[in-house]
Amino acid sequence: MTTETTKGKYNVIGTRPIRHDGYDKVTGRAIYGADIKLPALLQGAVLRSPHAHARIKSIDTSAAKALPGVSAVITSADFPGAHDTLIDLGEGAINFRYASNNVMAGDKVLYKGHPVAAVAALDKNTALEAAALIKVDYEVLKPVSTVMEALKPGAPIVLEDLEGQDLGEKIDGQTNQANHIRHEFGDVEKGFAEADIVIEHEFDTAMVHQGYIEPHNATATWDEEGRVTIWTSTQGSFPTRRQTAGILRLPDSSVKVIPLEIGGGFGGKIPSYLEPVAAILSRETGRPVKLLMERTSVFESTGPTPGTWMSAKVGVKNDGTITAATADLRFDAGAYPGSPVGAGMMCVFSCYDIPNTRIDGYDVVVNKPKTAAYRAPGATQAAYAMETVVDEICQKLGMDPLEFRIKNAAKEGTRRADGPIHPIIGAVETHEAAKASDHWNTPLEKNGSDGKLRGRGVASGYWFNIGLKSAVTISVNEDGTVALTEGSTDIGGSRASIAMMAAEVLGIPAEEVRPHVADSEGIGYTDVTGGSRTTYATGYAAHDAAQDVVVQLRERAAKLWDVEVDEIEFANGSYQSKSDPELRLSHKELASKLGSTGGPVIGSASVDPEGAGGAYSTQICDIEIDPETGKTDVIRYTIVQDVGTAIHPSYVEGQMQGAVAQCIGWALNEEYFLNDDGAMVNSSFLDYRMPTSLDLPEIETIIVEVPNPGHPFGVRGVGEVPIVPGVATVANAIHDALGIRLRTTPMNAGSILAALKAKK
Amino acid sequence: MHPFEYVRAKSVDEAIAVLAKHGERARPLAGGTDALVMARAGRWELDALVDIKHIPETNVLELGSSEFRLGSAVACYRVYEDEQVAAKFPGLVDSASIIGGIQIQSRAGLGGNLCNASPSGDGIGSLIVHTATCVIAGPNGTREVPAEDFCTGPGRSVLKDGEFLVEMKMPMPQKGFGAAYERFTPRNEMDIAVAGVASSVQLDGDTIVSARVALAAVGPTPILSSAGDFLAGKEATAENISAAAQAASGDASPISDMRGTAEQRIHLVGVLTRRTLERAVERARESN
Amino acid sequence: MVEKIRVRATLNGEPVDFLVAPYVSLLDTLRDELGLTGTKEGCNDGNCGACTVNLDGRIVDSCCVLGAEIDGSAVETIEGMAEPGKLHPLQQAFLEEAALQCGICTPGFLISAKALLDKEPHPSEDRIRFWLAGNLCRCTGYDKIVKAVQKAAESA
Ligand SMILES: Cc1cc2nc3c(=O)[nH]c(=O)nc-3n(C[C@H](O)[C@H](O)[C@H](O)COP(=O)(O)OP(=O)(O)OC[C@H]3O[C@@H](n4cnc5c(N)ncnc54)[C@H](O)[C@@H]3O)c2cc1C
Ligand code: FES
Ligand code: FES
Repeated sequence: MTTETTKGKYNVIGTRPIRHDGYDKVTGRAIYGADIKLPALLQGAVLRSPHAHARIKSIDTSAAKALPGVSAVITSADFPGAHDTLIDLGEGAINFRYASNNVMAGDKVLYKGHPVAAVAALDKNTALEAAALIKVDYEVLKPVSTVMEALKPGAPIVLEDLEGQDLGEKIDGQTNQANHIRHEFGDVEKGFAEADIVIEHEFDTAMVHQGYIEPHNATATWDEEGRVTIWTSTQGSFPTRRQTAGILRLPDSSVKVIPLEIGGGFGGKIPSYLEPVAAILSRETGRPVKLLMERTSVFESTGPTPGTWMSAKVGVKNDGTITAATADLRFDAGAYPGSPVGAGMMCVFSCYDIPNTRIDGYDVVVNKPKTAAYRAPGATQAAYAMETVVDEICQKLGMDPLEFRIKNAAKEGTRRADGPIHPIIGAVETHEAAKASDHWNTPLEKNGSDGKLRGRGVASGYWFNIGLKSAVTISVNEDGTVALTEGSTDIGGSRASIAMMAAEVLGIPAEEVRPHVADSEGIGYTDVTGGSRTTYATGYAAHDAAQDVVVQLRERAAKLWDVEVDEIEFANGSYQSKSDPELRLSHKELASKLGSTGGPVIGSASVDPEGAGGAYSTQICDIEIDPETGKTDVIRYTIVQDVGTAIHPSYVEGQMQGAVAQCIGWALNEEYFLNDDGAMVNSSFLDYRMPTSLDLPEIETIIVEVPNPGHPFGVRGVGEVPIVPGVATVANAIHDALGIRLRTTPMNAGSILAALKAKK
Repeated sequence: MHPFEYVRAKSVDEAIAVLAKHGERARPLAGGTDALVMARAGRWELDALVDIKHIPETNVLELGSSEFRLGSAVACYRVYEDEQVAAKFPGLVDSASIIGGIQIQSRAGLGGNLCNASPSGDGIGSLIVHTATCVIAGPNGTREVPAEDFCTGPGRSVLKDGEFLVEMKMPMPQKGFGAAYERFTPRNEMDIAVAGVASSVQLDGDTIVSARVALAAVGPTPILSSAGDFLAGKEATAENISAAAQAASGDASPISDMRGTAEQRIHLVGVLTRRTLERAVERARESN
Repeated sequence: MVEKIRVRATLNGEPVDFLVAPYVSLLDTLRDELGLTGTKEGCNDGNCGACTVNLDGRIVDSCCVLGAEIDGSAVETIEGMAEPGKLHPLQQAFLEEAALQCGICTPGFLISAKALLDKEPHPSEDRIRFWLAGNLCRCTGYDKIVKAVQKAAESA
């Protein structure tokens, strides 16, 4: 279902053409990272730490090197040692020195799965066998795995050289607190004093993984000229180039990244893990080297999203007006600083207009893998705290939760707790659409079959979206089709959406634009596919590049007809003379004359737009719980979301549905389960338990379109906000079914049983 | 992974010969859904995997007048796709149709499930409550072991070097017999039991002549519970079933791990025992 | 060093005759030895279905089968699903219904779904969801995949 404001406004936008890369992907022809084959290719393997925290006393690689078929064995001693420079990756920042240490441990291992050595050999199995022959002598140290523990005095210190910060001041002595920041607005004391009801709770959430199906991979060559070429599945060729070059201490221009098809990322394929290692193995062997990560290592050694320890406090008047709110968000960053706590702080209160707020955020290092972006990083956790407190308030007030949200909704001009003023946003429209939905208007029968109990939950979420840099070139073929070159790797159909925006401008069908994702030397700098920015910013660039083509085609028409350029107008896909209606050529006709009017036309654009425009989602969920086993089944789910303009509605719905599936998993089962030694023990799909098709209902989508004035077609990013309210929505439904508030994730069968027992 | 040989045995004797030659550095390969995963995870260091799927005796699926013969290499799908077997052994179908997903069921079998000797194996309890006998062949000939005695610890069984399981034999269900298996898993499929219970009853009218209850994932091996003996001679009433469920809970000695806590498992055993006994009674009443 | 084994099988309808190390999975055999990289690896332990192929008429996770085990068997992979110039109705439906996002799970889903429709031309939604539970997709939430299978079933 769509509340479409774009209906009839566009020719191509809003339609559902078959994606251009689809044929290769349904026939198995598409080449993903692991599929690349090169002459004389060697296979690599990485040896990883079995301990969560240990000092490396020595590494003996002699037996591995002696194994027939082994070409090279490397350790951190083979790395140049990266500079202490902080760089922004679009979603998350890294310090090169830490990034280097993360891809190959130095004197200490900081999490189970931390790489300690790598091997290149003639085949995969020999590489694995050789890795097993490397002897590492560890002095095992006590690990610290949770924020709560890590902040306690006397906690084991993860990074001995960490300079902790607290509200802008350097912390004396060793600490695990990398940072503490605060946003304050208004007077919270006064605000809470004005409130009739004040609710405050603490929350604990488990670390979870993006769970993309394709494991990380990288293939590299290091040639005689000192140039490195990388083939990989990445969310951004340029950020991968940047990280690889930084870790290898090469100029960016010495590294070329060729992006292959990518099997999911959700933020997790922004950081580089294998690329620098494969490059050094290639430097040592003089041959291309391929590294494929095993699933266990994907869980143990790549970037999940933080576990948290949070509190949220909200005060309201009896009429339902929010007077004040505070939140303390403490996020585990993993082994190095840089959790998304800042983003969580930007989102936690942003669905609402709240006069008095304080938000404290803590970035804390622990002995777990370094966290990475995961779909609206930090916002889902924050919304779990805020939206379950809001639900409790609505219950106390006896107020309809959607009415409450509409009453307190952030609007254009509302100041966000962290400072910025909201531009035109669709919070109210989103809640209204939820209120009007069939789901909300269909009462839920509270008693299921066989004594099962049912409940309905609702919650909302905000994500700010980002812009950043994108480049696009469009070259016009003589048959009128155009080749569009972009730098955004395509994770979920973005080629199609971007091509559609170019087609809309040029007045041609989407199929006549052939989109192509270029390598880092084939297109201008383009930031990550992430931050919900691709359709927004790369689409913006496609729009501008297509406009550039139009400008040039007008010049060609002018030349052809020997009139002034101003004489030529472009309308309804045709170039025509303003004064002589006889002089009229369609795009296709004009394209066929390019050869005789000056040669090929190439349009280009490079953008860094500012107006990404925030996005909202409101979700409704019905669940059914078996009180005897604690098993929860989601029986109906509706997601409502303001998407600005739905370029390709099918892929917009797909983002919404996929995110819902992820947050249902997050809410009910997924977690990093650590043993007493701080080691993850459920690092397989079997025990990590992501939802299968049988665990989910149909996911109903309601697209709301409040066009974003910061984009030529009104696009808002759609990829991230759909996950934000999900965990809270499920929690609120559980409360509705059982009268129990769970403030720890996962809210699994075990914790539901325990809570039911405690309630008795 | 240590490189191993693959030997496709064509006869029982050939399999025994290869297994005996390598001792503990060789393992039988049935569906491979445990074996290959374990070998890859470095759990074993093997010199050979002996494929037993091409031996005629391990492929039997035969309903006799008094006995059902289930070859050790028969994959799960053959159990539930065979209409006659499925009609007579709905309890086995309960197990065979929840091991993994469709892909796994194309390969995995109840024989492999038993030999893998995982406490959480979904097939073992059903074999036990059907009073299955395991036919084992080895260098010293053939011997038979009751299913409930087969597993000796997590991943360990009565099999000695050179021995392997050829088939399982079960009495044909008589009128008044019913069996069922149910497990608890957080996901609806593709999951490992937090706890599982198989139950069977032999009714005479409303009286339970005999019963068997076997518990999964609540001890180092599958457990034949005292609940069955408790029910023998009693009426199939809700009270008696409840009391049996309590007895089953008492027999469980689970650990707490990533899949669930001991307390949760003990509780689940009670719930599942009641549910499977009810189901088994229902099926017994429908049987003929 | 263990020696390679000679394997003769039928692959997508054509005879193949190759050597493979005995410990190499069917998945790696297809991808590395036989050059068919359409079959994907997601977990290498049977839990994601990305590596699903059809072996003698039944779907299997090719990571849980040895290459050597297929001697004498017939294997069908995603590369054999379309006829020259013509997609299988399921492939077409996946495109039309946008049943793929990143596409890494798609070959596995298509092979699984084809086996279902070959066996049961008109499955219910529940049956489709049950049958596909051995295939993980993290991008789509399964909704559009289920709809695509239903659509292909209708068009057949
Ligand atoms: C994705 C996935 C999901 C799974 N889900 C479940 C589940 O839901 N429930 C469950 O119980 N299990 C599950 N399993 C585990 C496994 O599939 C089952 O245990 C299966 O029944 C094993 O049968 P198999 O034929 O594949 O055994 P194999 O892997 O071939 O063998 C298992 C073990 O038994 C030995 N063995 C096999 N045959 C013989 C024999 N005849 N004599 C002596 N030893 C023998 C092997 O050497 C090996 O040690 C799952 C596995 C995977 C990969
Ligand atoms: S790769 Fe085989 S099931 Fe995942
Ligand atoms: S489309 Fe990405 S995993 Fe299914």
